[in-house]
Amino acid sequence: MNREPVVFEHSRPGRRAPSHAPAHCADTASLPQELLRRSPPLLPEVSELDAVRHFTRLSQLNFSIDTHFYPLGSCTMKYNPRAANSLAMLPGFLARHPLGAVGHGQGFLECLFELQEMLKAVTGMQGVSLTPMAGAQGEFAGVAMIRAYHAARGDHARRVIIVPDAAHGTNPATATMCGYDVREVPTGPCGDIDLDALRQAVGPDTAGIMLTNPSTLGVFERRIAEVAGIVHAAGGLLYYDGANMNAILGRARPATMGFDVVHLNLHKTFSTPHGGGGPGAGIVAVNQRLDPFLPVPIVGERDGRYVWLTERERPQSIGRLSAFMGNAGVLLRAYVYMRMLGAPGMRRVADYAVLNANYLMTKLRQAGFDVAYPERRASHEFIVSLKAIARDTGVTAMDFAKALLDRGYHAPTTYFPLLVPECLLIEPTETESCEVLDGFAAALVAIRDQARSDPAAVKAAPLTTPVRRLDDVRAARDLDLTWQRRKSPAGAS
Amino acid sequence: MSKVPGDRKYTKDHEWVRSEADGTAVVGITDHAQQQLGELVFVELPETGRSFGSGENCAVVESVKAASDVYAPVAGTVMAVNEALGSEPGLVNTDPYGAGWLFRVQPDSGAVAGLLDAAAYQRLVDGAG
Repeated sequence: MNREPVVFEHSRPGRRAPSHAPAHCADTASLPQELLRRSPPLLPEVSELDAVRHFTRLSQLNFSIDTHFYPLGSCTMKYNPRAANSLAMLPGFLARHPLGAVGHGQGFLECLFELQEMLKAVTGMQGVSLTPMAGAQGEFAGVAMIRAYHAARGDHARRVIIVPDAAHGTNPATATMCGYDVREVPTGPCGDIDLDALRQAVGPDTAGIMLTNPSTLGVFERRIAEVAGIVHAAGGLLYYDGANMNAILGRARPATMGFDVVHLNLHKTFSTPHGGGGPGAGIVAVNQRLDPFLPVPIVGERDGRYVWLTERERPQSIGRLSAFMGNAGVLLRAYVYMRMLGAPGMRRVADYAVLNANYLMTKLRQAGFDVAYPERRASHEFIVSLKAIARDTGVTAMDFAKALLDRGYHAPTTYFPLLVPECLLIEPTETESCEVLDGFAAALVAIRDQARSDPAAVKAAPLTTPVRRLDDVRAARDLDLTWQRRKSPAGAS
Repeated sequence: MSKVPGDRKYTKDHEWVRSEADGTAVVGITDHAQQQLGELVFVELPETGRSFGSGENCAVVESVKAASDVYAPVAGTVMAVNEALGSEPGLVNTDPYGAGWLFRVQPDSGAVAGLLDAAAYQRLVDGAG
């Protein structure tokens, strides 16, 4: 397939799409003259047909959940139902201005209010704020609230956030962003957190612990109640990273496990479109202790009307994380998804996410692949280690990932978690059929067979994608994202 | 197969430290460590003059696969860092025990104790490998 040029390469001086041009030029007479630009901006000059073809061709290069199985571990790349999309695109939602009067947006506010209530129900928490616009911002809000809680009590000695060595890298990054030191605790041989090490790690300097359950190793933290007891006894709080909520949705609640604060990625668990960096929604939910510190605004109900609760009503709030209430379109899609499923549907999400992961794990084990923690049942994802194959054939996890693309499958997460060498982290999600899972397992077996018979062929993959193997080392060392206009031979611009 | 020279000491976290004649010590990461990380794209080094305790985070090595902390094999004060790694982090891959050194410290106690010798580190790597 040929490379699609950037849109500027299609540009020709004076070419226009007249039917889309504004009928009237804006009146700039009232603007300060010194602020008006003197030369036109460098925009591509293309016809309507050029633009349509360009963006359609770009869309055809996508390797996406709408075109391919996408078992990207820890990312929950499940199908995004079209109904959620079409309802969130109703004109009343799309045309609503965030500064519009509360009296003109009662329907929108009611949706957000009910979303807050449903999120309280699935987490078991007392308060919810929808404002964080991504998972990382939800983590930041969660740890900022822990900090605000200790500060409000005058307890300034708590400088340390504990993070297990299996954690997402965002956890220690979040703690550092919030001004904490990070103390790592190791994982035991069965994938649970090492409780003796945890007892050693806690003390009067413990602000809290950040945990993902099920963990990044794809197993449920079985002694979570003891973990909560140890951290709470030391005066610390428990933060639940919602990355893996899909495994327990409707079946177990973070509040019951002893957590004080939760962030959930609506763009994962509640199936709003994601990938490529956004937009997301990283809502936070808290118990009574942390409720006063929730970021604002929050939707409240007063005398049968829905209102924004701001710094005025919630003076201890950690403040605002976005200009308004977060990503409204993402929140609405998640709302529709939850209303479509209801409580029984949410339980089925967890049931089938876990069943699919265990089915695929068992199938791959029977085919001779090594899985991490073989004595444990998988949660919604599991880890295959290709260490032995890499040692025998030189074909690595990265080579498998590239070869899967040629067979029509997006690669699983590679080289994460860091604890398992040459690993693939595989998360099939609940929306895939048995036939798809069988096909994926067969592809992995075929690649392994080829690794033994013709390793060079696997290392040459991918052959069928728009771009072949990328030089990711050079991309990281020598990043250059700008497109330069080529000088024309005549010397014209 | 990774190399383990006998002229220096090692940690279980895959750092090496070599005592110099002037009483300072040079620190780097092992051949095994750079093989596991893959090609490095960035190295974050400590500031000259900074002091740290043994086992404290003192640098970060980052590859396309992972970012990994480097722990101080000995307590001490940073005397110099390998400035060449700023533009050429790949030196750690091509020459982990030589041109890919990370920094030089003045050890607190003068003695470098509690570390693995080459044979013990080789056994650790073989056990994991």
